[in-house]
Amino acid sequence: MQSGVWRNVFLFVCLAAFVLIIFRLLGTAYGVRMLVEASCYAILALGLTIQWGYAGLFNAGVMGFIAAAAFVTMFLTFPVNVAFWHSDGPALLARALGYLLVGAAATVLLARSRRWGVPGLLATPAAVVAAIITYIAVTNAVEPAAAHIVAASGFVGGLGLPVVLGWLAGAFVAGCLAWVIGRICLGLQSDYLAIATLGIAEIVKAVLKNEEWLTRGVLTVSPLPWPVPGPHELGFVLSRAAYLSLTAIIIVLIYVLLERAWHAPWGRMMRAIRDNATAAEAMGKDVNARRLEIFVLGNAIIGLGGAALVSFAGIFDPQSFTPLNHTFLIWVMVILGGAGNNLGAIFGALFVYCIWVMSEPAALFLFDAAGNWGQEVFGWEPSDLQSRALQMRVFVIGLTISLVLRFAPRGLIPEKVVRDE
Amino acid sequence: MSELVFFINYVVIGGVVISSVYAMGAIGVTLVFAILRFAHFAHADLMTAGAMFSLVLAVTFPGIDAATGLPAAFVLLPVAMALTAVLAIGLDRAFYRPLRLAGVRSVVLVMASIGVTLMLQGAIRLFAGIHARPLYVASRKDVYRIPVPFEGARDIVITEPQIMLVATITVAVIALHLFLTRTRIGKAMRAMSDNPDLARISGINSEHVVWATWIIGGALAAAAGTLLSLDVALKPDLSFNLLLPIFAAAIVGGVGKPYGALVGGFLVGFAESLAVFNWSILLRPITPLLPEWIEIPRQLAVVSTEYKIVVPFFILVAVLVWRPTGVFRGRIL
Repeated sequence: MQSGVWRNVFLFVCLAAFVLIIFRLLGTAYGVRMLVEASCYAILALGLTIQWGYAGLFNAGVMGFIAAAAFVTMFLTFPVNVAFWHSDGPALLARALGYLLVGAAATVLLARSRRWGVPGLLATPAAVVAAIITYIAVTNAVEPAAAHIVAASGFVGGLGLPVVLGWLAGAFVAGCLAWVIGRICLGLQSDYLAIATLGIAEIVKAVLKNEEWLTRGVLTVSPLPWPVPGPHELGFVLSRAAYLSLTAIIIVLIYVLLERAWHAPWGRMMRAIRDNATAAEAMGKDVNARRLEIFVLGNAIIGLGGAALVSFAGIFDPQSFTPLNHTFLIWVMVILGGAGNNLGAIFGALFVYCIWVMSEPAALFLFDAAGNWGQEVFGWEPSDLQSRALQMRVFVIGLTISLVLRFAPRGLIPEKVVRDE
Repeated sequence: MSELVFFINYVVIGGVVISSVYAMGAIGVTLVFAILRFAHFAHADLMTAGAMFSLVLAVTFPGIDAATGLPAAFVLLPVAMALTAVLAIGLDRAFYRPLRLAGVRSVVLVMASIGVTLMLQGAIRLFAGIHARPLYVASRKDVYRIPVPFEGARDIVITEPQIMLVATITVAVIALHLFLTRTRIGKAMRAMSDNPDLARISGINSEHVVWATWIIGGALAAAAGTLLSLDVALKPDLSFNLLLPIFAAAIVGGVGKPYGALVGGFLVGFAESLAVFNWSILLRPITPLLPEWIEIPRQLAVVSTEYKIVVPFFILVAVLVWRPTGVFRGRIL
């Protein structure tokens, strides 16, 4: 126990020293920016660690939940686009929404009509037909609306609401998305959840990239408002520090709540389900419902982190979401830091993010040196060296995952095994 | 008539090609699922790696094209398949076997396979760059035009690699069938898939079975990757668009059922081709017959090409909801 505490102190002192060196080398403004981003990743890591560490669920689509939450935040907080609200766009969209609601209601009613005595042989095809008609009607209603909006006013714009409200809504939507996926996949083997989340992440990204009337697509939306006074009011360092204090408060809040949950009967039940689902089920626990609960909760936290991340970046660019940066990097943070240990997740996020940021110039420098050396000695003509250098980081992330899983599966700050005397 | 030929060119031929690629990948995935009991995410990258081996071989031996009249990448395909099989076994020994011996949960193996995916992707792009390259190094792709005996109709177009692909998958499926039903190790694989514990106490060497699984999976992946790249071009991000359809195909067919994976591959491939096909082209000839108030829109596809990825996902979700065991009653996982 005592050695564990000292190890943690040692690790965090090392981290602090590392951060200080970066501050010294690259300036305070850059250092604070890095810390803010790292703190957003820490929120993401906390969300993932309860899914993986508490419940053993494999979420391979973190990117999709981040992107969905980022979009919702953008939509709620971006200033109102007056041109859109004065055009025919809202009416056209309302019509499409009306079709969708009526169609969805009809489909659901038909699908459930078996309960009121309609034979299943009739109910299922009827529901499928209703779904198809809804799909055709909605797509045909959205298409002209989208064309009109893009032509008349660019895109729908935002609602101009407070940023914190946008973050909470982002978390809520990410949680709803998780509920849908979880309902489908959580009764099956955990591998299916990984495949399905991977798919939903790509679909969310495709939608955000292609629906230009909603998101401006590849044209990107900026600048997004901050919850704290921006750089032009306080200057870079001070405004970023204010942002950092906000994310730090969120981290502490989530950490305290999760720690309490971990030591509560709820946490004990979750660990029991993770370690032996059959035994937990035999004890009368509703395994699937509990898994759904933690999957939704985890993704809501991930949504909050994603919203904070996109607000800080100030730009909503659907193409900037990549599986590497927004899924696998967070995986590395969680398993390196120690799955099932919230402190480990925070440490892993800060540590890995600092290394990740530094690795880009380092890789470019190394490849430049190697390229020059190769040119002098062998007469190579290396092409697109920069993009290759960045691929090196993909390799290193993969290698880190493999090595940690094999040699240090418990991570740097392992899960504390709670013994109830 | 032109419209029908257009349909044949894009949906029938295009569908067969992509379905064959999905099927070959899905057979590998389903075998790994059956024997090793985890979803092998790196399988699509084995395809890219196999195509990469073919490219290296084709560049190394450019004389083969002229000597045989076939592209070097196809002539040397067995070599590339063997190399990929060795790679697959190497990856297993380095990354999956230690975890298996440690007795981890299968999710951890899935995660390890994602680590391997990233390593393969990184390594391939590190050495090959990120540009698309043709796999025809010393010769050019033959395109056969089959004239249709109708006035003013277009030709049916088939390319050389498409014929090779269909020939290869036919041979591969027959060979796999004979292997699984006639040989000792093939029967051992089936036993292992049905009940690993029973297979082990019956004296089946599980290491050999694992080897055979990786050899088959790796070889099929290399063949699929190479032939697809011959037809279009070798893109380092080839694997990215293949992963979800392959898993959808394996699950639709029923996990652990090679024939199911074959059917699933064709189901997913054709569903994709049919969904993105612009149906208004087929309706064009009957436009004069329709009353005037019906106007056929110019775009009449079920989903637009940007949302192609939705099709395998939708199939996957539908199967998971209604029949999680798949069409061929695979294992419920």
